[in-house]
Amino acid sequence: MILLLMPIIQIILFGFALTTEVKNTEVAVLVPTNDDATSRIIDKINASAYFDVVAKIHTTSEIQPIFRDAKAKLVMVFEDHFAERLRETGKAHIQLIADATDPNAATSFTFYASNIIASYQQELAGPVANPYQIIPEVKMLYNPQMIGAFNFVPGVLGMIMLLICAMMTSIAIVREKEMGTMEILLVSPMKPIYIILSKITPYFVLSCVNFATIMLLSVFVLKVPIAGSFISLVVVSLLYIFLSLSLGLLVSTMTDSQQAAMLISGMGLMLPVMLLSGMIFPVENMPVPLQWLSDIVPAKWYISAVKSIMIKGLGISSVLKEVAILSFMSLVMIGISLKKFKIRLE
Amino acid sequence: MVVRQRINKIIFMIKYLLKKEFKQILRNSFLPKMIFIFPFMVLMVFPWAASYEIKNLNLSVIDNDHSTYSQQLIQKIISSNYFRLTDVSPNYNKALKSIERNQSDIILEIPTNFEKNLVNRQGGKVMISANAVNGMKGGIGMTYLNSIVMDFNAGIIHDLMPAAQIPGAAPTIEIDTQYRFNPHLNYRVFMVPALMVMILTLLCGFLPAISIVFEKERGTMEQINVSPVPKSTFILAKLIPFWIIGFIVISIGFLIAWAVYGLIPAGHFSTIYLFAAIYILTVSGLGIVISNYASTLQQAMFIVFFFMMLFIMLSGLYTPIDSMPEWAKWIAAFNPLKHFMVVMRSVYLKGSNPLQLMNDLLALIGFAVFFNIWAVLSYKKKS
Amino acid sequence: MNNIPQIKSGKVITAENLTKKFGHFTAVDNISFEVERGEIFGFLGANGAGKTTAMRMLCGLSIPTSGKGIVAGFDIESQTELVKKSIGYMSQKFSLYDDLKVWENIELFGGIYGMKDNEIKEKTDELMKVLNFENERDKLVGSLPLGFKQKLAFSVSIFHSPQVVFLDEPTGGVDPITRRQFWELIYDATSKGITVFVTTHYMDEAEYCDRVSIMVDGRIEALDSPKNLKKQFNATSMEEVFHQLARKSTRKAD
Repeated sequence: MILLLMPIIQIILFGFALTTEVKNTEVAVLVPTNDDATSRIIDKINASAYFDVVAKIHTTSEIQPIFRDAKAKLVMVFEDHFAERLRETGKAHIQLIADATDPNAATSFTFYASNIIASYQQELAGPVANPYQIIPEVKMLYNPQMIGAFNFVPGVLGMIMLLICAMMTSIAIVREKEMGTMEILLVSPMKPIYIILSKITPYFVLSCVNFATIMLLSVFVLKVPIAGSFISLVVVSLLYIFLSLSLGLLVSTMTDSQQAAMLISGMGLMLPVMLLSGMIFPVENMPVPLQWLSDIVPAKWYISAVKSIMIKGLGISSVLKEVAILSFMSLVMIGISLKKFKIRLE
Repeated sequence: MVVRQRINKIIFMIKYLLKKEFKQILRNSFLPKMIFIFPFMVLMVFPWAASYEIKNLNLSVIDNDHSTYSQQLIQKIISSNYFRLTDVSPNYNKALKSIERNQSDIILEIPTNFEKNLVNRQGGKVMISANAVNGMKGGIGMTYLNSIVMDFNAGIIHDLMPAAQIPGAAPTIEIDTQYRFNPHLNYRVFMVPALMVMILTLLCGFLPAISIVFEKERGTMEQINVSPVPKSTFILAKLIPFWIIGFIVISIGFLIAWAVYGLIPAGHFSTIYLFAAIYILTVSGLGIVISNYASTLQQAMFIVFFFMMLFIMLSGLYTPIDSMPEWAKWIAAFNPLKHFMVVMRSVYLKGSNPLQLMNDLLALIGFAVFFNIWAVLSYKKKS
Repeated sequence: MNNIPQIKSGKVITAENLTKKFGHFTAVDNISFEVERGEIFGFLGANGAGKTTAMRMLCGLSIPTSGKGIVAGFDIESQTELVKKSIGYMSQKFSLYDDLKVWENIELFGGIYGMKDNEIKEKTDELMKVLNFENERDKLVGSLPLGFKQKLAFSVSIFHSPQVVFLDEPTGGVDPITRRQFWELIYDATSKGITVFVTTHYMDEAEYCDRVSIMVDGRIEALDSPKNLKKQFNATSMEEVFHQLARKSTRKAD
């Protein structure tokens, strides 16, 4: 069923297709004078995985149409007599004109382009060791290869579990209410708590299966290792599943129509999670009010905990804050749900 | 003659059906609110949240040198707007803890004798460790820090190196960058048109589908099946209200874009409306197809939701399509959202006209035709 | 009034060897019968006997696997649209729009069956009087009690004066008094020349019909007037007749 398929597809997408890196940017070059320097630079650009040189133009009037027709996102304009100027005056100009419709991409690829140009510059300078040079030693922690999946997997976990548990549970319960069978159950000698538990259980199981699936895919297909204790990860995840189920319960007490339940959990949960949980967009850069909002999104805490355990390799003691917050949130939600439930009965 | 009679009849029926649809929408307690509040909220909140700009990186510093140079370097870093000093630690382990606690994102370690070594022509060394869980953030942070260090270094070289010894032969290529269409590199400008596409998709694809499945579940669909109302007419009556709503919403969207973000399309509104019309057709067709195959509301909602997810991910809203592997780009080519998003952004920011967007235009028309034919065929009155 | 060719005499419904199979399962097994104009024809059987399936074929909602059917002079398979213009239908779920008002429902269905606006208005006023619904006219159908909904649904189904109206288990869940009132509406309709084809599993309602057929396991095991059937099976009530036939059944309820 789709419920099982969805996480798999998401992981594959996020793992392989979605990346914030900017690659394969199409470049057009304007070279008034062909010479060894320009050729060398253009070769280097073309050879890089980040760029594809798609056109060579000769006049500045051709630049705007290139952007308009979306033929290229970057136009590299060399000064005329480039190599000559470089040799004789020690300085030459390159202008990078970028299509900044996507500002993030634009800053990225102009940056890459600058780097490539700088490396050519280095080539020319030769291996002159400057005694006053500061050489930084660089270490990328936890994710030395800067694999995007490391950042996305916890996010996908957070989102899927929340969706399955909260949304499906709430719809299932509301469905019963709509069909009237809920009343039958309530009238039976079964305590309400057992009725609820029985509604919740299938989705609980489903979430555990999804969790396992996502873990397997992440570790074996995406090569995202579990750096920390798997048990801690499971414990925190169970807590989160529990919280999501309570959330579903809460939503179900708020409405009597399936349509509304879906819309609330879909729009009301999915969007904030996607946006504000730190899953895709970093929270630290958001305006302060949004950061506060983000604190209310349970997914945010879970994702943070998963990152700490799974990627940073920390133990459960480091995520006590998140655990505490998640537990507190669950209790509050269950409390409100139970209260509302009781009121309905009277 | 017969054809005209037929058409008259259909128009007649549509009149009644439309009356019903509009009444139902207005009476529904949820829908009108959703239709107006939701886009409003999305357009107001999303653009602020959705940004990859990296600012305010938290820096942890280990200064084992306590020299003029080390202080100057640290000062220089802090005075750039990219970094905030959030931690000062005596050694690496402590600094690492601050990263573990998410208190800092990047560590700069300046070893002892930093200044001394530089002055004595022994070169200098610093250690930069960046939290790369978010690879991009780590990479960019690293780069910023690196470039500040290099800048600092250039100053030192200038001070310390006797003029004659400057390796004059080393040529410099000066790079001058110009950003077109969005000179302020405003990410919001990029997001808003894309968001309008997303909103339109939800409202015109999602809602009519739900509406149809709802009638299926309730049984009123059967009553219509048994009447002389032809397949296409019923579907049309379902769609028209949402088309109208779509146009209204998109217009409100333009207003909000202008009022709140100062965004005015560089291109023509008529271009946008033209594409919007085709897109709305496409997306409602898809919604109908889904509604024909789903028998319960739960099913329908879930399928719609699933497709919505997929489409949004592969639309270029969050991550660039160009960076995706070939197979993903292929799938994206079949994503109507992606095409419309390209169109929206191009028209808004570049002022493109339909001729320049011919590829996307053809793709969208193709999808519209495909989905709608499928929709009509799969709506079965007989089983 | 619709310009539908009215067949002056003879059969309004003819079923010839109608069969419907779903995969290996035969829901309706080779049934044949005829319904006269102005009759109240009862289609009885237990749940799962195939009544609803048979009816859906006659309404053009379902394509027969084999066999032929003629309703109001039109073939159910090749002239479905014409059949639909000539019939009315009321389903188990009553199929009115809960979120539309009483008069709005009437207007909608009147309109899609091609009635003119002034005709609709006139007949609506008339109907409100007859049903005593004047106070309910502007109420949302969803807020009406079940009995009202039922009567309204029936009235809507014959609003456009069809030749025959198909009723699928119309009296489920209402009290006996309301049921009686409902059947009065049915009699009223037949007095206007409308043929009524009704499926039910309430055996006492069978007594109200002119003729009755009893389906068991997809086949028609009996077809005659209630009086004759009781004689034939030596029974005092239709219920008894049914029990005798049902004992032969091998199919479980839906």
